[in-house]
Amino acid sequence: MKFWIGVALAVALAAGLALSGTNEYFFYAGYVVLQFVVLATAWNILGGYAGYVNFGTAAFFGIGAYTAVVLFKAAGAPLGVQILAAACASGLLGFGTGLLTLRLRGIFFSIATVAVIFIMQTAIVNWRYVGGATGVQLLRPPAMPPFDSYTRMLFVVMAIMAVAGVCIARYIEVSWIGRGLRAIRDSEEAAECSGVPTLKLKLFACTVSGALMGAAGAPLPMYMSFLEPASSFDLNYSVSALAMPMIGGTSHWLGPVIGAILLGSVQQIVTVTISNEINVLVVGVLLVVFVVAAPDGVLGLLRRLKWFRRSSG
Amino acid sequence: MVPPLLRITGVSKHFGGFAALSEVSLEVAPGERFGLIGPNGSGKTTLINCVSGALRNESGSIEFDGAEISRLPAYQRTRRGIARSFQIPRPFKSMSVLENLVVPLEYVAHRRTLHTADTWEEAMAILRQMRMAEKADSPSNLLSQVELRKLELARAMAARPRLLISDEAMAGLAGNEVDEVLEILLELNRAGITIIMIEHIMHAVMRFSQRVICLDAGRIICEGAPAEIVKNLEVQKAYLGA
Amino acid sequence: MLFGILVGCFYAAVSVGLSVAFGLLDVPHVAHPALMVLGSYCTYLLGRYGWDPIVAGIALMPLFFLLGVAIYRFYYETFEKRGSDAGVRGLAFFFGLAFIVEVGLILVFGVDQRMVEADYIGKSLSLGGYRIPWRLLVAFGVALLLTAGLTLYLSRTFTGRAIKAVAQDEPALRLMGVNPVRIKQWAFGIATAVTALAGAMLIIVGPVEPSLDRVYIGRTFCVVVLAGLGSMTGTLFAGLILGVSESIVLTLFGASWAPAVAFGLLLVVLGIRPQGLFGR
Repeated sequence: MKFWIGVALAVALAAGLALSGTNEYFFYAGYVVLQFVVLATAWNILGGYAGYVNFGTAAFFGIGAYTAVVLFKAAGAPLGVQILAAACASGLLGFGTGLLTLRLRGIFFSIATVAVIFIMQTAIVNWRYVGGATGVQLLRPPAMPPFDSYTRMLFVVMAIMAVAGVCIARYIEVSWIGRGLRAIRDSEEAAECSGVPTLKLKLFACTVSGALMGAAGAPLPMYMSFLEPASSFDLNYSVSALAMPMIGGTSHWLGPVIGAILLGSVQQIVTVTISNEINVLVVGVLLVVFVVAAPDGVLGLLRRLKWFRRSSG
Repeated sequence: MVPPLLRITGVSKHFGGFAALSEVSLEVAPGERFGLIGPNGSGKTTLINCVSGALRNESGSIEFDGAEISRLPAYQRTRRGIARSFQIPRPFKSMSVLENLVVPLEYVAHRRTLHTADTWEEAMAILRQMRMAEKADSPSNLLSQVELRKLELARAMAARPRLLISDEAMAGLAGNEVDEVLEILLELNRAGITIIMIEHIMHAVMRFSQRVICLDAGRIICEGAPAEIVKNLEVQKAYLGA
Repeated sequence: MLFGILVGCFYAAVSVGLSVAFGLLDVPHVAHPALMVLGSYCTYLLGRYGWDPIVAGIALMPLFFLLGVAIYRFYYETFEKRGSDAGVRGLAFFFGLAFIVEVGLILVFGVDQRMVEADYIGKSLSLGGYRIPWRLLVAFGVALLLTAGLTLYLSRTFTGRAIKAVAQDEPALRLMGVNPVRIKQWAFGIATAVTALAGAMLIIVGPVEPSLDRVYIGRTFCVVVLAGLGSMTGTLFAGLILGVSESIVLTLFGASWAPAVAFGLLLVVLGIRPQGLFGR
């Protein structure tokens, strides 16, 4: 019950902010942080719960963005349809990648996800309809009332997506699916011998994860008013989506949220005040530091201080 | 004549050039207490892996309850009624002892159709049977050796099997602990479960089994009642060297 | 086609370090190409002082050996010993390491391409109507020597065979009185040292930039997986297959498709025959 109150509050807060007189820049930055909440939450469904490390977040994200662009260019599709289609496309990509490699050891899956990034990016670069390597410019439709600007509207859309993503992750986590995934992570062999259909569950997690990542990518073209392969398939998405749950904590849905807000905000600050390269360095260093020193992330530390109980929360 | 619960015919398994199993054939009757012995590296665990589905046999057939299962994935074999414990215990370390049992209960025995509360109750009942009820909420990565072994058996039991394969469940345990595990296995058998026991502890195998098979270098070298096996020269040679 | 063979051999040499680190030692070393690019940049630095790149590469080997030992030691203490979650965290660690190396190179050297100069770079050999750039021949030669050398080392020397043994049967090795951790450490050090020379060859073959490690993740893992984990001879064959495939795609479809070949081939191999050509 507490959870749903929190959800309602979060959505109300987002909408309220969007309708208030807050500085426009807040929404530019806020959109990015919320986007990372979705990406980190999506990553954690397969990476944290099941223990299969996806390096290819950028591919699922980028394909989501490009699916949205194709639908917009071809049929002027509204944002809602774009998001749905993007989720389907990236979900399919997740399913395909999983089918190919989830039977094998974890590292082969991880390398395959890197392969997917390159293959997808190369395919897009060679596709003239979406502008190839130079990319494509887009004209945003006018902002829908009651929002003053399109960016504010996208902020709320992303907030709803973040909430939806967290709800999905939470449901998986506390249900029998989550238990099966955890069994797979703890000992896949024992899980299989306990009747857990390991391949099916992994495929499910991979597909859902991919779909969410694609959905997160769908509003990107509208957010930036343009889209090009180099930045939409940027490996930074992959590293961040991996680092955020590692930093926040991978065993609970709150972990990716904390990690995304913390690291996302740090990234915004560093990119603006110092440089983009230092930003990537910071992400890399934080990832290594947490993986080595604090493997259970912020939530793990809080748990040790007894400030956080592991509940079905 | 009652048809065998498990029938293995001509099963072979190679790893590269190494023949782990060569044309192994055996039958286990329903309700039987079956002992499998053999020196290290003789193929006992490989055979069990082929039966449970962790490995695929290259040739031969494995029939369970009359149906061919050698092409089935492991989880489906578990759902048909084959459960095993692991030689080196593999608990689900992030879960409590009780939750370890809920996994097979949900995925095999009930397929999520029962109320959650009932599933946890059933898990408690199994723990009581294993004399481990007080450890229900302990994290499973903090158990002693004998508790880990019992958890392995408990988890196998939670899959409600018809055939339970116990892979060296007593290895390294002290005398009274061995007796405890043996007593549990005998109790389970009295309740109707067919049990294949792989063990090195001879007196346990002798007390437990109705029939014993000895493997060496991937082949069956002897089969019969426990008393005969012990006297068999081939068996002695296998264990002590030529 | 000839280019394909020359480049393929080069790919093999570049991947041979990974074949040891991942194929034999089972370390999820996705930072391998990043270390190679690091080697290229170090070669470049020495090149600025007039060092010949091959000499520089060889000189860097002991340094990289120590680096490899240090990395393995750290990895072992932090991850392999602790078991359970080690797989995920180990992978994440190397992924982070690769990133740190790449960004570090960008910060120090910038994103522009760097090249190195030597007598044999820029000239070509005319052979029966073909012009073969000397730099490719040099890289090919060094690559061949490197791969052959490592294969011989692994099969003829005691330490070499111990390395292969630790991949197959660690407890047996322990019983023989050999400390598996020290062997693995040594092996990882050698793998990293070889990577230094590979980096030198990389900058001989063409200009380098910090993000080059990304496409080489594809190439090296493709070669290692196609070869079959731990097979040195397989690495040579697999490298050739990749090199030839890339040159075919290059001729037929153009340069913009070339980066995807290695990754595509990798996916195909993983899907059809994950144990590779000579895998165990």
